[in-house]
Amino acid sequence: MSVDKDTVNKIARLSRIAISDAEADKMVGELNGILAWVEQLGEVDVTGVEPMTAVIANKLRLRDDVVTDGDVRDKVLANAPAKEGSFFGVPKVIE
Amino acid sequence: MTDFSRLGVAAIRDGVAKGEFKAVEVAEALNARVSAAKALNTFIVETPEKAIEAAQSVDADRAAGKPLGQMAGVPIGMKDLFCTEGVQTTAASHILEGFVPTYESTVSANLWKAGAGMLGKLNLDQFAMGSSNETSYFGNVISPWRRNDGSTAALAPGGSSGGSSSAIAARLCPAATGTDTGGSIRQPAAFVGISGIKPTYGRCSRWGVVAFASSLDQAGPMARDVRDCAIMLESMAGFDPKDSTSLDLPVPAWEAGLNSDLKGKRIGIPKEYRLDGIDEDIAKMWDNGIAWLKDAGAEIVDISLPHTKYALPAYYIIAPAEASSNLARYDGVRFGLRDLPEGAGLQDMYAATRAAGFGEEVRRRIMIGTYVLSAGFYDAYYTQAQKVRALIARDFDNAWASCDLILAPTAPSAAFGLGEKNADPLSMYLNDVFAVPASLAGLPAMSVPGGLSKEGLPLGLQIIGKALDEQAVLNAGLAIEQRSGFTAEAGEWW
Repeated sequence: MSVDKDTVNKIARLSRIAISDAEADKMVGELNGILAWVEQLGEVDVTGVEPMTAVIANKLRLRDDVVTDGDVRDKVLANAPAKEGSFFGVPKVIE
Repeated sequence: MTDFSRLGVAAIRDGVAKGEFKAVEVAEALNARVSAAKALNTFIVETPEKAIEAAQSVDADRAAGKPLGQMAGVPIGMKDLFCTEGVQTTAASHILEGFVPTYESTVSANLWKAGAGMLGKLNLDQFAMGSSNETSYFGNVISPWRRNDGSTAALAPGGSSGGSSSAIAARLCPAATGTDTGGSIRQPAAFVGISGIKPTYGRCSRWGVVAFASSLDQAGPMARDVRDCAIMLESMAGFDPKDSTSLDLPVPAWEAGLNSDLKGKRIGIPKEYRLDGIDEDIAKMWDNGIAWLKDAGAEIVDISLPHTKYALPAYYIIAPAEASSNLARYDGVRFGLRDLPEGAGLQDMYAATRAAGFGEEVRRRIMIGTYVLSAGFYDAYYTQAQKVRALIARDFDNAWASCDLILAPTAPSAAFGLGEKNADPLSMYLNDVFAVPASLAGLPAMSVPGGLSKEGLPLGLQIIGKALDEQAVLNAGLAIEQRSGFTAEAGEWW
């Protein structure tokens, strides 16, 4: 499988990363180089092998459904690049 | 007067406990060394006041007869991937420049509880993505080492924990934290002639550590000898309910358990690691390592890890896939950089912020990850890689039937020069060929100095152990350390 410039632009859009035309051109070669290299995984016989989900056997712990944190609004907002009152500020999204 | 830069973790801790010197004296001496070594660019932020504050508290506790922690009085460097309350944490990325956490990572909190102090936040590859510390937004870290041909070429300290490795080798700090996703503790340790261990996945909490690839990320210590690594790992490790993959197990007394007598231990030598065209110095060091472990009483056995060659390609699907998901949080809304072009809407703001904030290698990996997880390609790439990962882990399980530990080189070469490998991403990735398999299998693995290359640069030997058997890994590391006679140091040119 190989990617073309349209695909690169689509991946960039899905990744929410703005790229210029020149960057897209460069990325076509780089991604194809890397993808051609990982392609060798296709030659491994994986019949009957379950994809790994956990490297070390561990059970997912459950805890009681109670409030254990919160009430830290100012801390949550402390690093916001823009805030208005007690809210994160974002560009207008609704006309 | 004691030259505190020559003391390791154990020596500082014991000297402070015995009253031979004060913790504050050590902190002052190392603060001065840190601030005089700016040419190495190891620290992004220096925190001399934090080091002094912690030392004063240890001195006061000692004066009051209170019990002292395991790292009491030891100033360390903190990789800038660990969130530190009130101190900027960047992951060496522009996108987090100015981010000041309002909380402390579990691992760093454990270290402060044990009496350690912080000299500053150490430089690294951006989001821990890199093997040479050339992807940091805050500039390259320079290794204190130079080739023995009189050249002054700047060498890579390895990566991603390159600030940690360089600072320890330059004796700016006796120890530092590292994180290892695909070799990021072991390879930099090897490049500068120090030791470092990545424990079993789940030993050290990931809570408060900036995430790269969550199924692989593990914190661990880096220091100048094996004992110091054991002490520091003991302080860092432990169950943390805030990390769902944290192992709910007691922390073994690794320091007390150190024993370099390897009688009864079988050491596996994986034939697949003896690559065609293996570097001559690396091959020789590996043979020396085998001889040292034999001398320590171990039995050497040949083993096979048949899927080794697929580890790197599997890693370069799995790690970017997880990264693309983890790094989705950098959106210019809640923390970090925001780039809002004139008249831009929300979606344009996301894209502009992430383009401006992430470095080239980070953008590349996010895009690869996004691609392999996208509709139509998920099974061909991601699911296939996770199956191959299961086979790589199975290779190790099979090997444990005939051996207790595995000995291999840490990296395929000695340190390379800055700029020598970054033109082609693939050639950089290949540097982690020996380190990645143990990461994919979640196993404890350590690098210890094994000798010098013809150019006079350090080379590392890697010991891989069974899950949860850090003790055996440390013990074999100690056996090598006692026999390698590695005393070489970088000249103090900076």
